[in-house]
Amino acid sequence: MRKTVLAATGVVLTMVLAACGGGGGGAASTDVVKVPADPSKVTGTITVLTNRTDQVQDGTAKKYAAAFNKVYPHVKVKFQGLTDYEGDVKIRLNSKNYGDVLSIPNSVPLKQYPTFFAPLGSSAALSKTYDFTDHATVGGNVYGIANIGTANGFVYNKAVWKQAGITDWPTTPQQFIDDLKAVKAKTGATPYYTNYHDGWPMTNWGNALGSPSCDPAANDKLADTKEPWAAGQDLNTVDTLLYGIVHEKLSETDPNTTNWENSKALMGSGKIGAMWLGSWAVVQMRDAAKAAGKNPDDIGFMPFPTQKDGHFCSVVRPDYQYAINVHSKNKPAARAWIDWFINKSGDAQAALSISSVKGSALPADLKPFQDAGVTFVPMAYGKTATVDEIDKASEIGLNNQDYPQHIVDVARGAAGGDIDSIFKDLNKKWSDAQGTVG
Amino acid sequence: MSAPRTAGRTPPARKPPAGTSPASAVPPDAARSPAENRPRRPGSRRGKGGARWFTPWLYLLAPLALLVVFTWLPVVDMFGYSFTDWDGISPVRNWVGLSNYSDLFTRPQLFQVFWVSLFYLGASVVQICAALYFATVLSFNTRLRNLFKGVLFFPYLINGVAVGFVFLYFFQPGGTLDTVLGWFGAGPHLWLSDPHLVNTSLAGVSVWRFMGVNLVLFIGAIQSIPPQLYEAAALDGASRWQQFRYVIAPSIRPIISLSVILAISGSLSVFEIPFIMTGGSNNSETFVIQTIKLAFNFNKTGLASAAAVVLLAIVLLVTWVQRLLFPDERVEQS
Repeated sequence: MRKTVLAATGVVLTMVLAACGGGGGGAASTDVVKVPADPSKVTGTITVLTNRTDQVQDGTAKKYAAAFNKVYPHVKVKFQGLTDYEGDVKIRLNSKNYGDVLSIPNSVPLKQYPTFFAPLGSSAALSKTYDFTDHATVGGNVYGIANIGTANGFVYNKAVWKQAGITDWPTTPQQFIDDLKAVKAKTGATPYYTNYHDGWPMTNWGNALGSPSCDPAANDKLADTKEPWAAGQDLNTVDTLLYGIVHEKLSETDPNTTNWENSKALMGSGKIGAMWLGSWAVVQMRDAAKAAGKNPDDIGFMPFPTQKDGHFCSVVRPDYQYAINVHSKNKPAARAWIDWFINKSGDAQAALSISSVKGSALPADLKPFQDAGVTFVPMAYGKTATVDEIDKASEIGLNNQDYPQHIVDVARGAAGGDIDSIFKDLNKKWSDAQGTVG
Repeated sequence: MSAPRTAGRTPPARKPPAGTSPASAVPPDAARSPAENRPRRPGSRRGKGGARWFTPWLYLLAPLALLVVFTWLPVVDMFGYSFTDWDGISPVRNWVGLSNYSDLFTRPQLFQVFWVSLFYLGASVVQICAALYFATVLSFNTRLRNLFKGVLFFPYLINGVAVGFVFLYFFQPGGTLDTVLGWFGAGPHLWLSDPHLVNTSLAGVSVWRFMGVNLVLFIGAIQSIPPQLYEAAALDGASRWQQFRYVIAPSIRPIISLSVILAISGSLSVFEIPFIMTGGSNNSETFVIQTIKLAFNFNKTGLASAAAVVLLAIVLLVTWVQRLLFPDERVEQS
């Protein structure tokens, strides 16, 4: 018995050491994959990993593949719809088997892009055709191209706001809160819905960064800013508004039992005043309004309630960016698919989203933004790698749900502290982490 | 105790104990004869008295392979990761020695979440007591007892995610619980959003879900108690409570102590129910949820592995101390 234990311990120790030694370097690729010149010569089978399980199920994906085959007849396109896209793909990245074309998971740090994805072209060349390329540029090469960009704002129910006597967009955070108070007083609706329980809708608050200051470099500046939550900074303005909404009891009474699917129906039927989301949500809310027997045009979209030099600003951020697996055996076919999907499929227009192809027309749901002279601020991502590193090291999670959820908890008195102590804590964490990253 | 009072009554040796294994009740000769009569294969080593030494291991091959592949290898890997700065994605990981552990132990706030475990520990006391009560009641001739056994065991068969979703509706403002309490004049509560109630609510769900397991274990143990003990106790005029106190409880002591061990290690590593229902928000974060967030939200797989190793060590330590304080005694049932 003793011997067995000893032997087992020995085996375990050996394996521990072996496990630590494991993990060699990946095959970083520098050969740029160009769009094939002659479509008829491209062959092979490619697998596309997608988070759009709805498109895979309702046949939209198949239709796209069929249309693609008219141009590239010898390429077979297979789809894998993943419900937990982030979680599944992150684990598969540890193998070589993560499809041929995939959307880059948010968890992959920018500097590791060359380890996992093939370069699609030089930044100088691709940035002339597409927006948001700097979000995936490493060493002058672009590793991912976004299909769509999303403007950020409040999805709101115009009918409800009108009933409360409000027709103009609020121009200051205070006015926004006063408007919500009017909604609460004059209509039966919940003025604001946090979607606290599902969490991910709350992560959108991080995307407000840049709206108050109208500064495309707002994200990059975080790399050098010691205290991003100091008074006057964007994050301070944004988080103060969220805190204020909840603190004034203008949000739902029980944040822990909220439900995203249900919130769409509530918004559609006029039981919710507003939600902070991306412009992609408008289509879904309109569908919900239709399903509830209301007028889909009641659903509107308004910018963050701050103005710079007399006009509103709305930050535009890229959605998922498409990339090619560095281990793919059919890179030309994969490149052909990305090129065709972004330029020819019409997917961006169908979703009423902002196409990343430069010069495309704005979707109809952003027409009011255009009419009101809202400035679209395309975010710059020159220092994303550093900002991400500081964010992870500080364990704040600018794009995680815990950070806005904590603000909600403090605002409604469920956790200790107040808005100042939150900011003090965040500032300290951020500047401490800045010291460790270099 | 009860021993002197039963002395002088029907000696138990007269009847073969019904609860013991049936094989021992059969005369030894009868058990052996079929094997003796079977024609022996030439060269078979069985006949010489000893089975091949590895025969039992062959039967164990499948479960052992599963255990090694899905439990031991990952644990070994986890030990390995805990000494590296791996971020969970990069193919490169650097050996950082014990720095993850020193990082862990210099941040006491990481261990604060163990306070939440106390709620689940309290709940497991309730759970074991309730399971003991129901197991005892259902071991006697209760009407519809199989139905009740099914009803009480059923929650354990439901998928944890489904349980989470069902109870989200249950705890909603104006949901099932508020409605039922309303009939008795109790006001509505924010069961999951009130920071003073959330852990109690979640622990309540855990009791509902896992009581069935304890119940089945206890019923199994109670049924192995020889029935003449009850007869004897009944003849002595023992009440149901006295039967429980002096016959049942001592007989199933090993199972109770096993349940307690499982309950404590379970309370330290609660995960599913709070993760699905609140995601660890609003003061309901447990150590495992915190570890998962470190690994997957902040890409600190190395640090999270170290946290998992520490949790494993704590669970092993607590179990060891428990065995030390309450050693397992053999129970004689006759």
